[in-house]
Amino acid sequence: MTSTTGTSGTPGTYTPKPGAAPLPRMIGAQAALETKMLLRNGEQLLLTVVIPTLLLVLFSAVDIVDTGDGKAVDFLAPGVLALAVMSTAFTGQAIATGFERRYGVLKRLGASPLPRWGLMAAKTLSVLVTEVLQIALLTAIAFALGWSPHGNPFAVLLLLVLGTVAFSGLGLLMAGTLKAEATLAAANLVFLLLLVGGGVIVPLDKFPGGVESALGLLPISALSDGLRDVLQDGASMPWGDLGILAVWAVLGLGAAARFFRWE
Amino acid sequence: MGNESVVQAKGLVKRYGTKTAVDGLDLDVRAAAVTAVLGPNGAGKTTTVETCEGYRRPDAGEVRVLGLDPVREATALRPRIGVMLQSGGVYSGARADEMLRHVAKLHAHPLDVDALIERLGLGSCGRTTYRRLSGGQQQRLALAMAVVGRPELVFLDEPTAGLDPQARRATWGLVRDLRADGVSVILTTHHMDEAEELADDVAIIDAGKVIAQGSPEELCRGGAENTLRFTGRPGLDVASLLKALPPDSAAAELTPGAYRVSGTVDPQLLATVTSWCAQHGVMPDRISVERHTLEDVFLELTGKELRS
Repeated sequence: MTSTTGTSGTPGTYTPKPGAAPLPRMIGAQAALETKMLLRNGEQLLLTVVIPTLLLVLFSAVDIVDTGDGKAVDFLAPGVLALAVMSTAFTGQAIATGFERRYGVLKRLGASPLPRWGLMAAKTLSVLVTEVLQIALLTAIAFALGWSPHGNPFAVLLLLVLGTVAFSGLGLLMAGTLKAEATLAAANLVFLLLLVGGGVIVPLDKFPGGVESALGLLPISALSDGLRDVLQDGASMPWGDLGILAVWAVLGLGAAARFFRWE
Repeated sequence: MGNESVVQAKGLVKRYGTKTAVDGLDLDVRAAAVTAVLGPNGAGKTTTVETCEGYRRPDAGEVRVLGLDPVREATALRPRIGVMLQSGGVYSGARADEMLRHVAKLHAHPLDVDALIERLGLGSCGRTTYRRLSGGQQQRLALAMAVVGRPELVFLDEPTAGLDPQARRATWGLVRDLRADGVSVILTTHHMDEAEELADDVAIIDAGKVIAQGSPEELCRGGAENTLRFTGRPGLDVASLLKALPPDSAAAELTPGAYRVSGTVDPQLLATVTSWCAQHGVMPDRISVERHTLEDVFLELTGKELRS
């Protein structure tokens, strides 16, 4: 905690003694605060927890969408995991960061001892912590619904990490270039569109051929398709989907690094 | 110690598109003193301060803060300065104490957070999140965030804008304590009384340039004529009075019985006026000396009124 330097008004209370805290402590503190802000925010929780959970439970229990052969939950669980990653790394991060930029939080922290890359590292850490919580919850629910996953856990991890990087890049690009209100609207709209058109709950083969191949190039489609290849069909390494995610990651992060404005 | 400069700016220029916000500004700020950067809205105060803080890269000229380049040597500089932005800077969902504790954690030897909260009356914020705090509470939190890391140099951008008188005095009290403990403070303001009350040094900025700098006393003395007024019998011989006065003075009967003497009003001049009155059997009633205020100096230098 903080050092005691005497009561207020005592001479010497404010005698300069500057210094940055050790870097790991700064990043840890920043990540903890960011995570706390996210978990305290009702709209963010709706996006990251309530909607994925409801979709998983509802569509597993009620046969609304034709999810092909096999149990519905085996089709839905990978898609909902992909949705969870998108909701946190893209939608949630874009909206939160957009408002932090608007309210001068990024600017003020920019004058603190925490370096800018440290702030970005803390944001990433906070996204990862949130994702771990989401995935733990959604996996437990899916198992309760009779989910039987297959495949290579390493491939799943690689997909989730690459997906997180790709969505973070795109989210930060949006937050760092658009106005906060525009980010709020656009991030929610994109979330909704990709939820429907990204192979999350509706199989992509329900769309006409040309549309299907275009939609297949979206990061959400690559992530949900890749996860499904591994978890539902036991594929060892979905290289095509990993490649699509890698391209989005490079493009998104590259553009964010180039165009992000802190004020 | 006292002669050290904490900020040195030479020929600073900052443009936004075609608009020149800072236009060849020179500024030298002493250590362990309170320096007020005074000027009307749009004079370039915030741009100047934000250039010192490392937010803006100057288009021309040079700035050194604590001997460092604020942009290139930001990593070394940031832990040593405290920054209070004109507004914002806090997560809308964070509580006051939470945010202050967080900023404290980014520093190696922070102040005691609870004592600082009490000092600035932020304890009453309780569990209220930033967006629901009053403007005054938000200002005081931003001030606390600027000082909690025990910086050598603090930048306060309009620290009392919109505060009620009581909160304003609390802020002034903290600024005085900072100076007493050897912290250098640079604050921007468009309140004359704030500059007069607090500042050891005042830099008057207009149209992107420092047009005058010095202590409030120096600025009020330098060039500015002062005024002495008294009332007496109507129809006194003003010409005779004028003869008794030093050559750069003026004297006039403004309304019957109300006299004004202007010039360098010092004890000598006061004695001259009273002895002239004694010689002429005049009792100078309601004799008063009007010193020029910073407001007058500012008006003379810029031809503009400060918004207050």
